[in-house]
Amino acid sequence: MLNVIWLALLAGGVLVAALDGQVEVVTEAALGAARGAVEVCFDLVGVMALWLGIMRIAEKAGLVEALAWGLRPLMVKLFPSVPPSHPAMGAIILNLSANMLGLGNAATPFGMKAMRGLQELNRDSDEASEAMCTFLALNTSCITFIPATIIGIRASFGSANPTEIVGATIFATSCSMLLAVTVDYLFRTRSCWGRKNRAD
Amino acid sequence: MLIDFLTQVSKWAIPLILICIPLYGSLKKVPVYEAFVEGAEEGFVTAVKIIPFLVGMMVAISVFRASGAMDHLVKALSPLLTAIGTPAEVLPLAIMRPLSGSGVLGLATELMRVYGPDSFIGRLASTMQGSTDTTFFVLTIYFGSVGVKRYRYSIVTGLTADISGLLASIYICNVLFR
Repeated sequence: MLNVIWLALLAGGVLVAALDGQVEVVTEAALGAARGAVEVCFDLVGVMALWLGIMRIAEKAGLVEALAWGLRPLMVKLFPSVPPSHPAMGAIILNLSANMLGLGNAATPFGMKAMRGLQELNRDSDEASEAMCTFLALNTSCITFIPATIIGIRASFGSANPTEIVGATIFATSCSMLLAVTVDYLFRTRSCWGRKNRAD
Repeated sequence: MLIDFLTQVSKWAIPLILICIPLYGSLKKVPVYEAFVEGAEEGFVTAVKIIPFLVGMMVAISVFRASGAMDHLVKALSPLLTAIGTPAEVLPLAIMRPLSGSGVLGLATELMRVYGPDSFIGRLASTMQGSTDTTFFVLTIYFGSVGVKRYRYSIVTGLTADISGLLASIYICNVLFR
């Protein structure tokens, strides 16, 4: 699936540029983006190190475990393939909490930590496991109580009430979370997209 | 009231975490600095691992956008969105949302500069921006960090989340702010 999308983006781009007689745009965009991608990763290095460092302290103090224990009944339902006391559970909870509070740059490191935990349990390390798919469904659709970035932008343009959209985002993200979890559940339980059915 | 509270939570969350966790750790006799460095090292390795995946994805999306193919896609899909109460100005934002985080943030900022954050367009753009995620970016870096290459159905689930988030934003903004 990703192979098809990736190819379609590239081929579509080159084709349109060629038809418009400005094919050189492609070269510039491709090289610029390649450099930009590395910059994004290096921006991440510091933030990742900070949050994973703090998280390690929390783990050693038993905080992460305590948090995971509290939400255990729900987590076991969402992630039946992950042992309830597995460290990935704690990282998933931290990632989703950070998302809900609009702390985007804290969410990413916790998310990667969770993925690493889930990868330990994965049977085929090249292919996404069910638990990974569920986690990403929750992550991308996650209910947001505080859309921090956008509130900041609204305030900077002199909005009379920068936070007035909070109710609307809570509504919209509740809808998307509900739907994403349902779709994920359907795929997971009655999937024709199972591991045996490989597109590539 | 609730919203003021939430804004305060957002402002205080990081400082509080930065002080409470190490304090609690030291109460539990954790060697806090050593533990921090140990965890931080892991962050470095993970960030570097993502690079090839991110280069692949960002190049493809950037070529698609710079060539004008994205504009054609926006034009092709716009009758659909206009029919359900979306102003034409917001369409590019809605359609590009899953693909490009920085591009869309730029678009949202531009809309607010031109139309004002308290206009219908400004509020709708804000709600959309806050309610959806850059699914392709998230999938790329999360799967990339552990070397997973086949994403199975997670793209479909992620796009479902984006589309439903967009539609719900359009609906609720038409109800609340029109």
